[in-house]
Amino acid sequence: METALILTGLGSVFFASAPIVFAVIGETIAERAGVINLSINGMILLSAMGGFVVSFQTGSLFAGFLTGALIGALVAFIVAFSSITLKQSQVAVGFVLALTCRDLAYFLGNDYMGKGGPRLPAWDLPVLSDIPIVGPIFFHQDLITYISFLMIFLSWLWIFRTRPGLMLQGIGERPASAYVRGANVNLMRYAYTVLGGAIAGLAGPAYSLSVKAGWNGTISGLDGFGWIALAITIFGGWNPLRGAFGAYLFGLLQWLGLVLQPSLPNVPSQVLQVAPFPLMILTLFLVNIGSTEWVERTLAAMPESSRRFLTRALRALRASPPASLGVPFERE
Amino acid sequence: MKHTTLNRIGFQLFALLLAFGIASLVLLAVGASPVQIYKDMFGSLGTKGKIADVLVSWAPLLLATAGLLITFAAGLWNIGVEGQITFGAIGTTLVLRLLQNSAMNAGFIIALSIFAGMLAGALWAALAGALKTFGGVNEIFGGLGLNFVATALTIYLVFGPWKRPGTGSMSGTQPFPEQFNLPLFEGLRLSPWALVVAVVGIVFVYFLLQGTYFGLRLKAVGKNFRAAYLLGIPTWQYMMFSFLLCGALSGAAGALQVTAVYHRLIPSISSGYGYLGLMVAMLVNYQAIAAIPVAFFFAALNIGSIQLPIVHKLDSSFSGVLQGLLVLFILLAEGARQRLTPKA
Repeated sequence: METALILTGLGSVFFASAPIVFAVIGETIAERAGVINLSINGMILLSAMGGFVVSFQTGSLFAGFLTGALIGALVAFIVAFSSITLKQSQVAVGFVLALTCRDLAYFLGNDYMGKGGPRLPAWDLPVLSDIPIVGPIFFHQDLITYISFLMIFLSWLWIFRTRPGLMLQGIGERPASAYVRGANVNLMRYAYTVLGGAIAGLAGPAYSLSVKAGWNGTISGLDGFGWIALAITIFGGWNPLRGAFGAYLFGLLQWLGLVLQPSLPNVPSQVLQVAPFPLMILTLFLVNIGSTEWVERTLAAMPESSRRFLTRALRALRASPPASLGVPFERE
Repeated sequence: MKHTTLNRIGFQLFALLLAFGIASLVLLAVGASPVQIYKDMFGSLGTKGKIADVLVSWAPLLLATAGLLITFAAGLWNIGVEGQITFGAIGTTLVLRLLQNSAMNAGFIIALSIFAGMLAGALWAALAGALKTFGGVNEIFGGLGLNFVATALTIYLVFGPWKRPGTGSMSGTQPFPEQFNLPLFEGLRLSPWALVVAVVGIVFVYFLLQGTYFGLRLKAVGKNFRAAYLLGIPTWQYMMFSFLLCGALSGAAGALQVTAVYHRLIPSISSGYGYLGLMVAMLVNYQAIAAIPVAFFFAALNIGSIQLPIVHKLDSSFSGVLQGLLVLFILLAEGARQRLTPKA
């Protein structure tokens, strides 16, 4: 009985983390190409609202998810256009879009607040769902969650095991070399930013049509997801597998928070809700601390035995970004 | 030279047109008449009382913008400004709570509490700065995380240790007695002291950045960190100091929210002025003097949009949509101008 409950709980972690997985994978792809898409927090809210409204109006879940992806692609296109073609700061444009899309979502979604609408049905995969332990955790989900599993492995395969993926790494690391090798750097950056945006755009409907169906404006509980996803992208070292691990770890902690809440009656729920954010800071701290100058200096002054241990620990945590992340490419 | 200015104005006008055009499409999408909405938003500002209300928002918004101009000069994205306002308000409330039953002069206590707010804001900024300098945590994420923490802390205080007699509620802590409020203009919600603090803040920043050696070196750090370091400028100290100054100015904004506007601590005490300040700073291309009218315009949009839910059953977030579109298109227009204008 107990075990069944825990298995269902773990299954719900994978289910509830699907939106953040999409956001992390999408952002990882864009940043691998060298473009930071800082807009995703607002964009996800907009795609969640848009996806819900479209599928509420048309009755088609597919149309809802398609809308989410299109919104993501469109917002990403604005980021790409302003940074690649117009050479404006990616951070500035991304941040403005993050705020604007958020307000736009609240404004346009006002009439649909709290309305009951369509929801993606659960779909137990035949045969696979009967496997003990693994079945209840991974294969009692809905379609979009299975797609999120698939997306993790496909994006990892693409980036690290294919020739175009190698080129993708190239345009983010050394665009000049990639250019010499015949890559149209800026065109590829456009393509990957828009593709990453479309994948991240699925995060919205994955939330509003699956995890927590409906649109509830400011109390949807979705605001802040995008920023966490950006941090997890860094934690994941721009690798989809490690990124997905971060997303699931985050989901697990959130679930534990929910489970533990009844035993902490003195803590207001709003306080527990922000717990991910100090955690986000701590994570980034651990990932980056090894690269700071003063730590390197302190380590160098330490006795051999403790230094070796600490260096190894810090190196395991460290993640370094694509070398040309955020740097525009110009032909000389 | 003259040609460039004209050229720039042309592109900016085009950007304004586009922003208002798209905002109108957004209004049409929810079945509202754009002409009617704009008329109501700006028409409602005709009275003396409404202008005063705009100035009530203008003061903290301008202070937050002033602070951000310093961190922008140092090349920093201090998104934590929202939390620095909140923490300033917490500091001010703390001092007022501690001293409200003391025998000291009320005016002195208010001054002390505003000072405490500035200190608290600086402290919260220093945390983001230290995370950046010593922890390698980008100030965007550090600041953003600290914003959420500051809000949670406020809610904890309002519902926990500082709750009003009986049960705590979202309406905030018990209001302070009248002698601890900054005096208001007769019949208005506006305090002259708030205006004074805001104007002093922006003028201070203007002279700091335009007329001092410190400002010059700070801008050098922002423009080219490595070159500044090689030139012998103590870079991390400069960055840290710009965080402290920005935190102090945003803390003052939070202090005004408590002493001049709400007279208590409420959960949403920062009112989004931090994020809005970032928008204003971007829109004015980081020029202090231009921030004065633009902050007024943005504050007017906020006040004008309060009508929307009441009269038109529309969400007041429309002001945010319009403000965001304005900044976005001004940024895009600048990029387009640079690209399309042949270089001399």
